Amino acid sequence: MSTLPPLTTLPNPIRPAFTEGQTPGSVIVNIGPSHPATHGTIQIVAELSGERVLRTDVHCGYLHRGFEKECESHTWHNLIPYVDRLNYCSALINDFAYCEAVEKLMGVELTPRCRHLRTLLAEYSRIADHLTCVAAALMELGAMTAFLYLVTIRDYVYEHIADLTGARVTHSYGRIGGLARDLPDGWIGRLEQILDQMDTFVDRVHGLVDRNRIFIDRMRDIGVITTAEAVNWGFTGPILRSTGAPRDLRKDTPYLSYGELDFEVPVGIKGDNYDRYYVRMREMDESRHMIRQLIDMLEPGPINVDDRRCTFPDKDAVYTQIEALINHFKLVMEGPQVPAGEVYSAHEGANGELGFYIVSVGGGVPWKVHCRSPSFVHMGGVHRMLDGYQLADIVPTFGSVNMIGGECDR
Amino acid sequence: MSAGGDFLGEVQAGVGARTLSSGMAHGILVLDVEPQDLVPLVKDLKGAFGFDMFLDVTAVDWPQRRPRFDVVYHFYSTRRFVRVRIKTRVDESEPIVDTLVPLYGSARYMERECHEMYGIGFRGNDDLRPLLLYEGFQGHPLRKDYPKQREQPLVPYREVEP
Amino acid sequence: MTPGKPAQPPVPRGAFEYLSTRKDEFVGWARKFSLFPYPFVTACCAMEFMSVSSTLYDTDRFGAALPRFTPRQSDLLMVVGTVNHKQAPILRKVYEQMCEPKWVIAFGVCATSGGFYQNYATLLGIDRIIPVDIYIPGCPPRPEMVIDGIMKLQDKIAAERHPIINEDF
Repeated sequence: MSTLPPLTTLPNPIRPAFTEGQTPGSVIVNIGPSHPATHGTIQIVAELSGERVLRTDVHCGYLHRGFEKECESHTWHNLIPYVDRLNYCSALINDFAYCEAVEKLMGVELTPRCRHLRTLLAEYSRIADHLTCVAAALMELGAMTAFLYLVTIRDYVYEHIADLTGARVTHSYGRIGGLARDLPDGWIGRLEQILDQMDTFVDRVHGLVDRNRIFIDRMRDIGVITTAEAVNWGFTGPILRSTGAPRDLRKDTPYLSYGELDFEVPVGIKGDNYDRYYVRMREMDESRHMIRQLIDMLEPGPINVDDRRCTFPDKDAVYTQIEALINHFKLVMEGPQVPAGEVYSAHEGANGELGFYIVSVGGGVPWKVHCRSPSFVHMGGVHRMLDGYQLADIVPTFGSVNMIGGECDR
Repeated sequence: MSAGGDFLGEVQAGVGARTLSSGMAHGILVLDVEPQDLVPLVKDLKGAFGFDMFLDVTAVDWPQRRPRFDVVYHFYSTRRFVRVRIKTRVDESEPIVDTLVPLYGSARYMERECHEMYGIGFRGNDDLRPLLLYEGFQGHPLRKDYPKQREQPLVPYREVEP
Repeated sequence: MTPGKPAQPPVPRGAFEYLSTRKDEFVGWARKFSLFPYPFVTACCAMEFMSVSSTLYDTDRFGAALPRFTPRQSDLLMVVGTVNHKQAPILRKVYEQMCEPKWVIAFGVCATSGGFYQNYATLLGIDRIIPVDIYIPGCPPRPEMVIDGIMKLQDKIAAERHPIINEDF
């Protein structure tokens, strides 16, 4: 069955920072990159003394797919599927962050319905991401029941978003100047059902693990990081909030409709794994609260801004009027013409500050698109949370950091 | 956001003299400096004005222009909630800037990535191993003269039976 | 075979062939309903892999629920997500460490052909370095497609020869 010629040596794609131990009696082990607990694409070279981790060298790049190089040869619209696959757990947040950066350069302002809907879907995506992170982290500790509860409710969320966007995971729903299509009938009703079901399921998970002795022993005081260190190493998002700093871009620099919503920013006390888990669970509660407010705030109206530089004309106009046909043709073949300039626009992604730095030279194809991804920066600092703890603590600490490979390696 | 805008005005007044140009763009203060003035300016921004989070360093390749590369830094202040962008230019013949690792821990990884993608050297950062790319990769892929589809496989391909 | 003459029926070798085909059917049935997947998970398809392994689209019905995260104990290598050139030696090493019989599923278009990442970084299809049995397209594929792919793999396993003792039996 195996017809491959034997390869005696395979090349080593990395050069570890250390190959010998500093302390006598220590051992160097390699964890990953094909490892369930490192989310598939991280390699950690660790020096161990018994079970204690002395120092680690974290290697990423095993999912580098050349996102930035691809961006330089596609039109602004064609990039949206690529941007989706950065943080694939919460794909809509990436869509909207990228679209807003381009809209800033073009000087396009969104319609109110589009703003509210984008905010609603961004929070919905954030819930899906936190569900995935908590489910995976709990499964890696052995709590299979909690994993099954959370993945079941996440599946309902995926099917529901597929009713709207057409795809379960990587939606490609945002468009420059608006969204791809409006809500179908009955979507909001099903949304309210799912939010109520989610309340029940999340309560069950709280009941299973929150005061569980084993869970507390494994997560409390493990992977501790202080606020000053976190800021120095560039941590943002739930990790920074778990150290006690209430920093959230949705509150500090409000964008979309966050300025009009009433929500709290949950913070932790110690910056350990338990706090990160609890901050994510509370953030899901706050997201549900925000979605319920946004359902009441939604008014009927147009989804896409009425600007022919970026919005596709209606199909019946395209088939009957020559101007609409030419407009559609140019938008598809050449891309929306974005004036020359550069912009950096950041949103609060599920993991932290997700920023897009875009350079345009005019024309329909970008000159450069750079994604400032939170997971990549966190990988630079995660060794502060791994050194000094035990080998078995690497698994829950890594799970609580929520490294998403697509975002880290782009 | 006027409080943030006022603060950025103060920053611009405070450091503008040491820059080649300064201005606001889409809510961010943009400062253009010479490469040798970079680290003192960043020290000042961190110490005196409180830009305590280093967001990002990247480069932009302008092959028709000399100097060829724009090295772009972004910083954020977690107390005033504003951002500042610093740009400096280096030429292809000597694409080296000073490192920010002594000031910010997060600079380590980001400078590694900028180095392997564009070839920008960071004087003082002794750990510039490939991070997203692998050992043995020749060239700097995000430069405009690197063809997008030039692959450098590590494992030889097998012969496919028809 | 000369035209105009009817084809000669194969001469039965008797009891041996009957026994070995029955043995192949039995072993094929046992192997197809006890797959131990090694989920070589990299990218977005992992989300659909998690969905297909859990309650709503169960792979436990096929006996393929328990993933074995070591190649020594697994027989089905599911390559889930994009494999790039940095990851390729790892994939090759994992494939070589698995024991016979082993099957490979390319899950998602990135594993099948590189997907829409046609650039310097991506391995354009894992069949450039390892042989693949089933390709499941989709970006990411719906869980029903994954189940369809696993069922096709099961048909393939059921129809294969399974030599256990030596090459003939």
